[in-house]
Amino acid sequence: MADTKAKPGQPKQGLLLDIRNLRIEATVYPPGEPPKNIVLVHDVSLTLEKGKVLGLIGESGAGKSTIGLSSMGYGRGGVRITGGEVLLNGRDILKGGKEGFRKLRGREVCYVAQSAAAAFNPAHRLMDQVVEATLLHGTATRAEAEKRAVALFKKLSLPNPETIGERFPHQVSGGQLQRVMTAMALCSEPDLIVFDEPTTALDVTTQIDVLAAIKEAIRDTHVAALYITHDLAVVAQVSDEIMVLRDGKKVEHGETRRIIEAPRTDYTKALVSVRSIEHEEKELTPTALLSVRGATAAYGGGVVKVLQNVSVDVRPGQTLAVVGESGSGKSTLARVVTGLLPPISGSITFAGRTLAPRLAARSKDDLRELQMIYQMADVAMNPRQPVGTIIGRPLEFYFGMRGRERDHRVAELLDEIEMGKGFMDRYPAELSGGQKQRVCIARALAAKPKLIICDEVTSALDPLVANGILKLLLNLQQHEKVAYLFITHDLATVKSIADSIAVMYRGEVVRYGAKSKVLTPPFDAYTDLLLSSVPEMEIGWLEKAIKGRRIESGGH
Amino acid sequence: MGSPVLRLVAQRIALGILLLLAVSVLIFAGTQILPGDVAQAILGQSATPESLANLREQLGLNDPAYVRYFRWLGGVVTGDLGTAMSSGQDIATSIKGRLWNTLFLAFWAAIVAIPLAVILGLIAVRYRNGWVDKLISGLALASASFPEFFIGYVLVYFFAVKWQIFPGISTVYDSMPFGERMQAIALPATALTLVVLAHMMRMTRAAILNVMQSAYVETAELKGLSAFNVIRKHAFPNAIAPIISVVMLNLAYLIVGVVVVEVIFVYPGMGQYLVDHVTKRDVPVVQAVGLVFAAVYISLNIIADIGAIVANPRLRHPK
Amino acid sequence: MLDIKRIPIPALIGIVLTTLFVLAALFAPWIAPHGNGEIIGDVWEPMSSAHWLGTDNLGRDLLSRMIYGARITLFIAVLATALSFSLGAILGFSAAVFGGWYDTLLSRLVDLLMSIPTLIMALVVLSVLPTNLITLILVMGILDSTRVYRLSRAVAVDINVMDYVEAAKLRGEGSGWIIFREILPNALSPLVSELGLRFIYAVLFLSTLSFLGLGVQPPDADWGGMVKENKDGIVFGIGAALIPAAAIAMLAISVNLVADWVLNRTTSLKGGRG
Repeated sequence: MADTKAKPGQPKQGLLLDIRNLRIEATVYPPGEPPKNIVLVHDVSLTLEKGKVLGLIGESGAGKSTIGLSSMGYGRGGVRITGGEVLLNGRDILKGGKEGFRKLRGREVCYVAQSAAAAFNPAHRLMDQVVEATLLHGTATRAEAEKRAVALFKKLSLPNPETIGERFPHQVSGGQLQRVMTAMALCSEPDLIVFDEPTTALDVTTQIDVLAAIKEAIRDTHVAALYITHDLAVVAQVSDEIMVLRDGKKVEHGETRRIIEAPRTDYTKALVSVRSIEHEEKELTPTALLSVRGATAAYGGGVVKVLQNVSVDVRPGQTLAVVGESGSGKSTLARVVTGLLPPISGSITFAGRTLAPRLAARSKDDLRELQMIYQMADVAMNPRQPVGTIIGRPLEFYFGMRGRERDHRVAELLDEIEMGKGFMDRYPAELSGGQKQRVCIARALAAKPKLIICDEVTSALDPLVANGILKLLLNLQQHEKVAYLFITHDLATVKSIADSIAVMYRGEVVRYGAKSKVLTPPFDAYTDLLLSSVPEMEIGWLEKAIKGRRIESGGH
Repeated sequence: MGSPVLRLVAQRIALGILLLLAVSVLIFAGTQILPGDVAQAILGQSATPESLANLREQLGLNDPAYVRYFRWLGGVVTGDLGTAMSSGQDIATSIKGRLWNTLFLAFWAAIVAIPLAVILGLIAVRYRNGWVDKLISGLALASASFPEFFIGYVLVYFFAVKWQIFPGISTVYDSMPFGERMQAIALPATALTLVVLAHMMRMTRAAILNVMQSAYVETAELKGLSAFNVIRKHAFPNAIAPIISVVMLNLAYLIVGVVVVEVIFVYPGMGQYLVDHVTKRDVPVVQAVGLVFAAVYISLNIIADIGAIVANPRLRHPK
Repeated sequence: MLDIKRIPIPALIGIVLTTLFVLAALFAPWIAPHGNGEIIGDVWEPMSSAHWLGTDNLGRDLLSRMIYGARITLFIAVLATALSFSLGAILGFSAAVFGGWYDTLLSRLVDLLMSIPTLIMALVVLSVLPTNLITLILVMGILDSTRVYRLSRAVAVDINVMDYVEAAKLRGEGSGWIIFREILPNALSPLVSELGLRFIYAVLFLSTLSFLGLGVQPPDADWGGMVKENKDGIVFGIGAALIPAAAIAMLAISVNLVADWVLNRTTSLKGGRG
């Protein structure tokens, strides 16, 4: 083992990881049925040269994390490797048994998890956790390991690299923890690091810093990496090669530039073009459907101000996208408009009437004409009600429809969301993620609303599914002339759907206007930061973006 | 230790004292809920008006309830728990020796039960879903369904009557040598241990399992730590707080168990004292003993909370 | 829907035993070989073909006493559970939905009641109350309702913050629809298994009170009372007291097995059918 380890700082050559016909299975226990085996990964093969980065990309259920962890001989929650070979530094690790796995984990292969906040033990100081694997495998003394860790903290541009190790995980922000975790993986100088969606949980302006730090660290230490993500634009920045996976099978494998610029399969083509819905901006009408004027709102009896003097308009049949990062107050704005959180000051007019600040004081028509769709479709529907009841209830409640008239209308609505009336008797648990969100859209449409508030409706969905939902929303807007107040953190989505845009930062609207105006320079500092942080499907974007940034993000 | 810990602990203790006051009101009120009056209930329908008036005078029933409460509370605070109606003895004196007996019994039951429960819980987690786990869980389910007197009398039937290893009646007296005393409490202590063991073990198992499912345990496994070290270094420090609260909660079960166990083994402790005087409708004794039980129970809960506060790194090391 | 072959064996045993106990209680006068208070032999006769379980401390047929005892035990336990459950669930749900001072007041009161061990509080109250069935049921029911309150409030609070409940509120639905159509169907499974546990607790609690001489009064006797009646025989090696004690344990285990199965069955069903 030791002879295969080159000194750090020098490029290494030769084959590091060779996975051959890997087959991974798990046993599932469906309620009321005998347990059965399902295959998560179907005979996937891949190779990785020393010092290279391979991106594994796919939607949820593609098996990318499962494959990544198999390089450490690890299966989450009863997952078993049932076939194939995993050759690391020339030996099949699957034959090494438990003892063999323990020797390679934390020494030859290290892991960086999606949520560093959960992956650090809250009871120990960061430094103790960072050097733990190094000390365990006896590859350095404590003093050496700590020196190495501090150097890595510096390289990853963590603030106070000398002392940050003294802290406990809860004393450090999410973006910093992710970098500390990368340092932890690099500290024992492994040959391979498995990055499992390391930036997915971060805000976009924090993501870019972490991404740049990871890329630099990989380059300087010449460690090889498996980089797992669902975001093709992200993986294009860090990897040499990309493998596209779907339902546990390999779809396409190639050099990064080739995959992005000349994808061969339809599935990869769809993934590459996922962010390019063309949406022509509509002419702004003089009258507004919804006008929010000077809204200020707070939680905890006025102590924590989360919304300050916000004024925006939504025009009939058009879309206003409210964009911002976590803590920007964009979801609070939705709660104020719906009446769930009465504002301290400010007014809301809707369709020519002044809306009561409190939900309880609003008329049935106010409620009907203003509908809402949520981010998590599975918790937005009562699991004990079939689709027919979920969509039918607003028809009963607002229009007094009963029996066949109601069922007929439910069927029409199901058609509109491109599902058949066969779904009427299904329960939410029996639907896919995209179908669930469609049912929620139908429930909102059933009320014949003038405005639908869409709160991050596509963020929990896989890119292709999200794309379908966006297209559906655009179609429906054309037919039903419904306006959207579209809340999102994702600028690519904004470009696809908005007619006008409000950019929010720390409870205030920092930029507001027609889409073309908002997205055209000159920018204010925050909008510039936000726009420049959104990964683009282009090699070399990361370096350009980092160079062009004017202000540091607020993430650390 | 940072200041938030001290502040929270002080807060918790103050809250406990407040709670104890409220409980004293509740216990006092609990003995006043009869629509008629206590004197009538004690003496029955055939009582003469003179004896009723006498008893009322003796109990101070002619004063309004709040006056009587504050008089009682004032006594409790100064260590005067009043005198028993049935025997005329000073309650505080009677309680002293009995409280010591009860604590002695509960202490030895806890000394056996706590480590046993934690070890069994750990074993069940280590062999989770295996036959050992199922066996332990099955026995726990069964013993949680046993009434205390079933366990008690089965022990007496075999150990005291059939095999004559331990006495079936636990007589203890002040000058008793330690060894004999231990022999006397062997059976009641075993019964108490069995009463709380199942609950404690089940809850310990759940607490550790919960910690074992955290992402940081996976991180530790992926560093190559052995199963034992994962538990020792990463799971255990985070399981301490839940385990402390499990243990304290179950010591509270012990208090209830002790009442029945003392009656079974005719052990001269607080529980038997209470039951005797409930039967005799001796209200002052019942109030006093009830308050002592509640105080012990509340203190255990406070200790559990303080344990959880001290074990929480977020509070020990504030931002 | 329910296929008998799919019921696991422990649950099946639980169901059969529980049914037997219930049948014995319902048809006691027809099943019992002798009357409840009838003295038919010597004190503590051993088991024989004439008296399957022997006789008790007064020479009554123990089997007949057991069957009548099942009746009293189950009757009181069922009523006390019904009281604690309806009281606790109604107050818990309404506290979760209405919130505000109503919730605060109820919750603090329950905290207070629960800061005294139930048995101790029961003993305090029973020291002044007349010992009869109604008192017993009321004391057991009210003291135990605190636990049901805590559970149903917690369950309802969890459901009340779900997006689908918010969606119903935004639609303008009244609290009737929200409690009965949105919250209740989703709260049912944890509550049903809790019902079993509360019933076991009621049986054990009643038996304990009777054993201490503060529950059912002679000449009637529930199983706990029968343990008290016969406990003096133990020191002479006569196991009559162990029989009612074992019956209590068996009933509790059977119901526990059923409750366990119900809980597992419903939690593995993520929603929808069933």
